[in-house]
Amino acid sequence: MLTLQYIPYSDIEALPSSKRISKLLNVVKQNKIVLLEGRLRKTEEADLIKKTMEEIDAKFTGVELSVIYPENKDTLALFQRIKKNIINMLLGDRLGMTIIGPAAVIKEIKRDPNKIELLTNEISKKKKGK
Amino acid sequence: MIQALRKLLDKFLNSLFKKKKHIKLGLYGPPNAGKTTLANKICTDWLGEEMGNVSDVAHETREIQIKEQISIKAKGKELSFNLVDTPGIATKIDFEEFIKAGMKKKEAKIRAKEATKGVIDAIKWLDDMDVVIVVLDSTEDPFSQVNITIIGNLQARDIPVLIVANKIDLKKSDMKRIESAFPQYKIASISAKFGNNIDNFYEALLDMVN
Repeated sequence: MLTLQYIPYSDIEALPSSKRISKLLNVVKQNKIVLLEGRLRKTEEADLIKKTMEEIDAKFTGVELSVIYPENKDTLALFQRIKKNIINMLLGDRLGMTIIGPAAVIKEIKRDPNKIELLTNEISKKKKGK
Repeated sequence: MIQALRKLLDKFLNSLFKKKKHIKLGLYGPPNAGKTTLANKICTDWLGEEMGNVSDVAHETREIQIKEQISIKAKGKELSFNLVDTPGIATKIDFEEFIKAGMKKKEAKIRAKEATKGVIDAIKWLDDMDVVIVVLDSTEDPFSQVNITIIGNLQARDIPVLIVANKIDLKKSDMKRIESAFPQYKIASISAKFGNNIDNFYEALLDMVN
C-alpha cells in the first residue's frame, strides 16, 4: 500500500535548512511519499541528496525526487510574465510542489513539461511480468 | 596618480591572468553519462594520456580525479585549466544493482558505500568550480531531477555551464529533447567515445570561457 503524506510549506518555513531536510527524510524513511507544498532552495536540494547518501544502508537505498515548478517561459506575453513575477515575489518557494519518495517504493518519476508519471516498484514489476 | 592607476590596472590584469591560468573545470552529471570518457578524450587529445577507467557499470568513478595544466587551443583561442572529473550524482544507490551487474555481495556493498561517498564529494566540490561541463546521456530522459538540481545549483552559484549531450552515435540519441529541457543553455552534441563533433565542443568551451 502506498502512503502519501502532504506537508504544507508552513510546516518547514521557519526551520533552518538542515532541519527541513531531516524532517522530510524522516518521513520518507518511514516508506511514505512526501508531497511538499512548494519547493526547497536549490542548495537545499543538493543538501538533501548529500544527506540521503549519508543515510543509505541495506534498508534505505535512497530517494526519488521531483520538483514541479512553473517556469517563466519566454513565450508568455509580457503582461502574463509580469503577473507571474509578482506572484513569485509574493509566494516565493511556496509555488509548485515537491515529491520525495523512498527508492524502494518509487522506481522512477518521469516528467516532461506537461505531465508527471510516478512508477512504483510494484507496478513496474507487474509490467515486467506481462 | 598615473602610477597608482597603472598599478591598479596591472593588479587587475594579473589577477585576471592568474585566475585564467588556474581555472578549475568540472565534469558533472548523472552516473554513466560519459564524464570519464570525455575526460579521457580531452586528456588524450591535449596531454597524450588518459585520465581514468570507464565501465558500463554505474559509479565506476567514485573519487574526484584531477588532471592539472591542460591547455586547449581552437580558432586562435587558448584555455589552460585543471580538469576535475567527478563521480556521477544520484539520489539512490542500491548494492543489489551491482550484484545484478555481476559483482559479489561483499564487493557490491563496498562499491555502494564508495559511490555514496563519491556523490557527497561531488556536491561538496561544486563550490570550488570556475566552469562546469554538465555531461548528459542524450539517449536518456533529460528531465530528471538530478540534472535539474545540478544545473540549478550551478546557476545559483553563478558558475558558467556548458551542457554536453553525449552518445550521439547511438540510435536512441535525442538532441531535441535535451534542447527543449534546457533552452537557455548552450549545448554541444558529441560522442566522447568516438570523437564525433569534438572540435565543436572545444570551440563552444573556448567561446564560453573567453
